[in-house]
Amino acid sequence: MGNTSTLFKGVKEFFVEIGDLSHFAARFLREVLKPPFEFKELIRQCYQMGNRSLMLVTVTGFIIGLVLTLQSRPTLIQFGAVSWMPNMVGISIVREIGPVITALICAGRIASGIGAELGSMRVTEQIDAMEVSGTNPFKYLVITRIMATTLMLPILVLYGDLVALYGSALVENLKGDVSFQLYFNTVFDALSFSDLVPATIKSFFFGFAIGLVGCYKGYYSKKGTAGVGIAANTAVVMASLLLFVIDFIAVFISDIFYEL
Amino acid sequence: MSFNMTDPDQITTSNESAKGGKAVIEIKDLYKSFGDNHVLNGFNMTLLEGENLVVMGKSGSGKSVMIKCLVGLVKPDSGTVKVLGKEINTLDQQTLDELRSDIGFLFQGSALYDSMTVRENLEFPMRRHKEKLGVVSDTEPLVREALENVGLAHTMDLMPVELSGGMKRRVALARTLILRPKVILYDEPTSGLDPITSKEIIELMRSIQKKYGTSSLIITHDVDCARVISERMILLVDGINYAEGTYSELSKSTDPKVDAFFKK
Repeated sequence: MGNTSTLFKGVKEFFVEIGDLSHFAARFLREVLKPPFEFKELIRQCYQMGNRSLMLVTVTGFIIGLVLTLQSRPTLIQFGAVSWMPNMVGISIVREIGPVITALICAGRIASGIGAELGSMRVTEQIDAMEVSGTNPFKYLVITRIMATTLMLPILVLYGDLVALYGSALVENLKGDVSFQLYFNTVFDALSFSDLVPATIKSFFFGFAIGLVGCYKGYYSKKGTAGVGIAANTAVVMASLLLFVIDFIAVFISDIFYEL
Repeated sequence: MSFNMTDPDQITTSNESAKGGKAVIEIKDLYKSFGDNHVLNGFNMTLLEGENLVVMGKSGSGKSVMIKCLVGLVKPDSGTVKVLGKEINTLDQQTLDELRSDIGFLFQGSALYDSMTVRENLEFPMRRHKEKLGVVSDTEPLVREALENVGLAHTMDLMPVELSGGMKRRVALARTLILRPKVILYDEPTSGLDPITSKEIIELMRSIQKKYGTSSLIITHDVDCARVISERMILLVDGINYAEGTYSELSKSTDPKVDAFFKK
């Protein structure tokens, strides 16, 4: 009996959370096109988020490219298909691995950062102070951050893809005597717009989800310092889960287009 | 001294005649609950022009909720809240924001923006009210003047984290003053400060009140602060204005609930 009621409570809380998050997203969509616009803060947030994530995306992308190539090489050699390496790595990175890995890193880096920042602003009444001073905190804090993540994530994904491909090319150059020019020519020959466009569109949604969840968790953070920690932590978990759901939907939809 | 006043009209009339000023804040029959927790149960209050009114109550008695109702941060369940003649709960966002520029709010923990310098903290409220202040582009003189008023002109380019608790409170006061408010609401202005710094803050509040002629509503549980600064006091007990009068009147009371506030 106890387990059933706990389960029921958990399911109820899950749906309440989804409802609240949808309500928060709807508020964003309602207010994003209404003036006044906080352009200066948006530019600052874009710079902060892009700049702060750049190093992490560089290192992770490079290692992913290296590892993917090193792991695939023996199998492809076994089947005499090592010349397909640039095609395989290029398509898998651009279509799936690049966007998902970059988004997951940003979920850890950015969503937790936003959750903690807004959570601490809520707890120390800085958001109230902003409202009292006549500035709409939702516009100044939330809309700018969600817009910044939505705009910056596709750029980070494209950059991460290039770094990963460079890592892969380096392995091929050292182990297979394939020149960088030949490697990249083969990769770009194998890729088409139908690979790049869905992945880029998907990245916008990933960015939106990361910003949305980070802001939602921080903005409605409960009182106390413990609440700030919880906001940061749950923002990462929720954003990561949401990324996989969006990825599944995006792959499902783009698959329909491939079949047409 | 009066006890348990439940007729708001009577309070307003008696206060206006006593002080001879007009009411800048009027609260009538204010109710607010959070779930089963009934915080305010018909609270009434009037703040007159140029007056220093202290509202005292225990922790969790609803003082902060009441003061947040005055600026529209908390929506009451019922009752009317009039500030500078305008009913807060019926205003559209733009009118509310304009009205807020006439209300200064000093938050309990200062609430300085961590990511901004002291200068940016002071410039921030001016973004939406430049017409009122008549500032076109150069905000520096106003920022400097506000900081000089609190004796901290040298901190302009420091970050809040580099300031002590007392300095933060002063900067927050300067930020409150920069929009030249007609009413200042102080939420526990001396909480978390040592006695000497508390005294300095109280002196600063008095000098500001003298210089700008603002009306002040001070929420506190610090008896010393209330003694020094109040012209009139209201004791908030069980969500109502339990007792009202001057410090000397209330401190001589034999009512156990009133006496509890003044016992050392």
